[in-house]
Amino acid sequence: MLRKIRITLAVIFWALITWLLVDFTGTAHAYLGWMARVQFLPALLALNVGALLFVVALTFLFGRIYCSVICPLGVMQDVIAWFRKKKNKYSYSEEKHILRYGILALTGLLICTNLSYIAGLIAPYSTYGRIVGTMVAPLYKLANNYLAAVAENSGSYAVYSVDVWVKSGAALAISIVSWLVIAILAWRGGRTWCNTICPVGSVLGLISRHSVMKIRIDESACTRCGKCGRNCKSACIDTKTHTIDYSRCVACGDCIGECREGAISFSAAKPAAGTATTREHNAVNQGRRAVITSSALLAAGTLLKAQEKTTDGGLAVIEDKLKPSRNKLITPPGSVSLRNMTSHCTSCQLCVNSCPNDVLRPSSSLDRLMQPEVSYERGYCRPECNVCSQVCPTGAILPVTVEQRTAIQVGHAVWVRDNCLPVSDGEPCGLCARKCPAEAIQMVPLQAGVHKDGRRWLDADGKEIPREKLLLIPVVNEEKCIGCGACEQLCPSRPYSAIYVEGHEVHREI
Amino acid sequence: MDRRQFLKLSGTAAAATALAGCGMSDNTANGEVDYMGHHDGPVPTDKMTYRTNPKTGEKVSILGYGWMRLPMRKATEQEMQDGANKDIIDQEEVNRLCKFALDHGVNYFDTSPAYCRGRSEESLGIALEASGYTRDQYFIATKLSNFSPQQYPFEEGKKLFENSLRYLKTDYVDYLLLHSVGGGGMGPLHQRYLDNGLLQWLLEQREAGRIRNLGFSFHGDVAVYDWLLAHHDQYHWDFVQIQANYCDWYAEDKGRSGKYLYDELVKRNIPVIIMEPLLGGRLSKVPDHVVAHLKSRKPENSVASWAFRYIGSKPGVLTVLSGMTYMEHLEDNLRTYSPLEPLDEEEQQWLEGETASLIKSYPTIDCNDCKYCMPCPYGLDIPAIFVHYNKCVNQGNVPESQQAANYQKARRAFLVGYDRSVPRLRQADRCVQCRRCVPHCPQQIDIPRQLAMVDSFVEKLKQNKL
Repeated sequence: MLRKIRITLAVIFWALITWLLVDFTGTAHAYLGWMARVQFLPALLALNVGALLFVVALTFLFGRIYCSVICPLGVMQDVIAWFRKKKNKYSYSEEKHILRYGILALTGLLICTNLSYIAGLIAPYSTYGRIVGTMVAPLYKLANNYLAAVAENSGSYAVYSVDVWVKSGAALAISIVSWLVIAILAWRGGRTWCNTICPVGSVLGLISRHSVMKIRIDESACTRCGKCGRNCKSACIDTKTHTIDYSRCVACGDCIGECREGAISFSAAKPAAGTATTREHNAVNQGRRAVITSSALLAAGTLLKAQEKTTDGGLAVIEDKLKPSRNKLITPPGSVSLRNMTSHCTSCQLCVNSCPNDVLRPSSSLDRLMQPEVSYERGYCRPECNVCSQVCPTGAILPVTVEQRTAIQVGHAVWVRDNCLPVSDGEPCGLCARKCPAEAIQMVPLQAGVHKDGRRWLDADGKEIPREKLLLIPVVNEEKCIGCGACEQLCPSRPYSAIYVEGHEVHREI
Repeated sequence: MDRRQFLKLSGTAAAATALAGCGMSDNTANGEVDYMGHHDGPVPTDKMTYRTNPKTGEKVSILGYGWMRLPMRKATEQEMQDGANKDIIDQEEVNRLCKFALDHGVNYFDTSPAYCRGRSEESLGIALEASGYTRDQYFIATKLSNFSPQQYPFEEGKKLFENSLRYLKTDYVDYLLLHSVGGGGMGPLHQRYLDNGLLQWLLEQREAGRIRNLGFSFHGDVAVYDWLLAHHDQYHWDFVQIQANYCDWYAEDKGRSGKYLYDELVKRNIPVIIMEPLLGGRLSKVPDHVVAHLKSRKPENSVASWAFRYIGSKPGVLTVLSGMTYMEHLEDNLRTYSPLEPLDEEEQQWLEGETASLIKSYPTIDCNDCKYCMPCPYGLDIPAIFVHYNKCVNQGNVPESQQAANYQKARRAFLVGYDRSVPRLRQADRCVQCRRCVPHCPQQIDIPRQLAMVDSFVEKLKQNKL
């Protein structure tokens, strides 16, 4: 019974949180945002007291239910292990104290020293987020685009297509590696990852040692057959001594069904001393469910290249924009400062996959690996959008309203003289000034002595300059500029824009 | 009787007639009502209306085939590797349309070296050859489309003409036009044809019989039109091609007024060739209330047929060009003109007046997707932007404000449809207002201004600030 409830809840939770991570329309977030916020490390970093208390209380009452239901990485491992149709595949092992608590201590240290992005590399939810965000999300989008094509043919506007692109090769590579490591560990040893490496598992293990409800063995009924221990994915039942390492038990309930003698129960009270037995049971042949296969996850990486767009014929070719080398990184509105971002973000990729304007992508730089980074080669931070601030579970991007976000300076625009059309080609332009949502750009004459007389422009000698000959260049009022990147993205100069945004280390309000 | 009841009854009635009529199906051969209830039957092959060219005495079908809006298909991988564009002319379909048109009495084909990214003439040459008809059974019209300044020199213009003959697989052109004079005023006319001696050379070619009829097509500055007609004595225009339709018959701008342009030609006895009788489909893709307005008079006739009958009713018209992309367009137009049933005085006035003002009061952009403005040097897909906007206007998806009843639905339809019709990199927000497109537009649309209008509407929709 416990097992069935656990599996049902876990599958529902797992499916929904996966959907939350791949959804780019904002629909999932409206209903399921809390699922990311109750994840332990995000809640801790966001100082989300309610969520923390909930997880701690849950663990104190029922043991590490969190690990077998709420944690998507945990469920993913169970699914992988479930595919290995072998009975008695596990065996009891000693707790790896030094490794386990060493990593936990190191993680704590990293978080305290604002290096949470390194901690995020092994944090369970973030790891899962990255795996889904880089490997599954593109597949989801391809499927969406197929539906969009169908919708288009049937005149429906319900589904729209989106660009599919590799946002960061490094993030994809790291995700594939971490998926492989975790999958192999899960295949061979069940919850090895959770019980030796995962810092959240270690923390919760400290609590679950003393939980109220526990798996308990009735020693009087036990026949020492060892079935329970050989089918415990946490390798935490020592059948010789009838002891269970509760710090590693994830309360999955598998052992209860395994025991033919009914000697194992999940209860609050200690049973009388005795012996325990096990029973051949349906640990593995629980009917096959339609779940994502592990191979599908792996295929994601190889399909991406084919989606890159080619230009249309008959239209002028538009060169792709290249990323300018920015001295200062840009972080999204709501992230308060680069420091706040680096110290809170566990790089779960939720914001990256939610960004409807393709502005956010995982960083490849080593000092903030896979944390979101803003760049404007594919779109700009639209004034009506505050999605990333709404989805972030860790407090790395704090919630801001649409009105607030247009008043936050995340950076300022910088003009690059040599790329600017009036300078390089002698062509009038002024698109950046027209499209600036903050009205922070004005156009001033390029040539010396040109001045305005009423509505007319006169040259140094007082002769009128016709409109098509008038060359104006943009000047930025840095006090008004919010760093949204409209100018950089829309600038006709390619591949490098003639105006680009430098980030502010600490955001300001205007 | 409510609608459902009516449908039920009429359904039974149709079934009954169908049964009863089984024995007389052979009645349909001559285009009468057939037993399944089709009012039209097969397209007649021998009823086309012809007009006579007063100079040559040749009979020209009143329906002329414009070779600009050709059916396209996706290029194969191999073709793309060989340098083809993503979309290329569907030559097989083109051949079929061409043959069908010839079989049903069409004998005038109008192309240009500029159409379809330079592929139109070649495609027409192939289609005519494949049709099996001989060179004396049809007339070819092509143009001297030297629009770009590097084509202004005499030799370049001459080369264009010689290339046309080569592509069209012929050694003479029946109707040759100075292409779209009037855009940009007298300046370009001088540069393209007068100062370089090209027109003089064309007159010589006419003497030599390589050009059987010489004329020009006009859009834009009426001063150019007046000047060319004022020199009729010198050049002896054999025909002139103008844009005329019921919507713009009485346009205030003389250069757009069909009546002014037409009357000037009739006065001088110059045969008139009509282009854009449908304004690139804008007179067939009309909003619902205009459909109802037109159909209430003749429920069986297409919306487009009114425009064709209207302009065909003008006796000075030699032929009416239509760019028929689909077989159904061709069939509909063939029916309209096989034979032409001229409109009476009252019907003409009804179209020029009431109907025209109904259409003009609608806030669509005057673009008819001719693509003359393309390619935009900054990569915008100008016609696609306007076509999408107009489509949304016609479908009621351009809400006035957020209070509009269908605002959310219309907003989604407009924005999602916009991204579908035009890639983001080619949308209106990319226009730098260089204004290079402006002189190219035969409809004299202030393109940058209209793009800014569309973009500002899009911004308001996106930001929910309408």
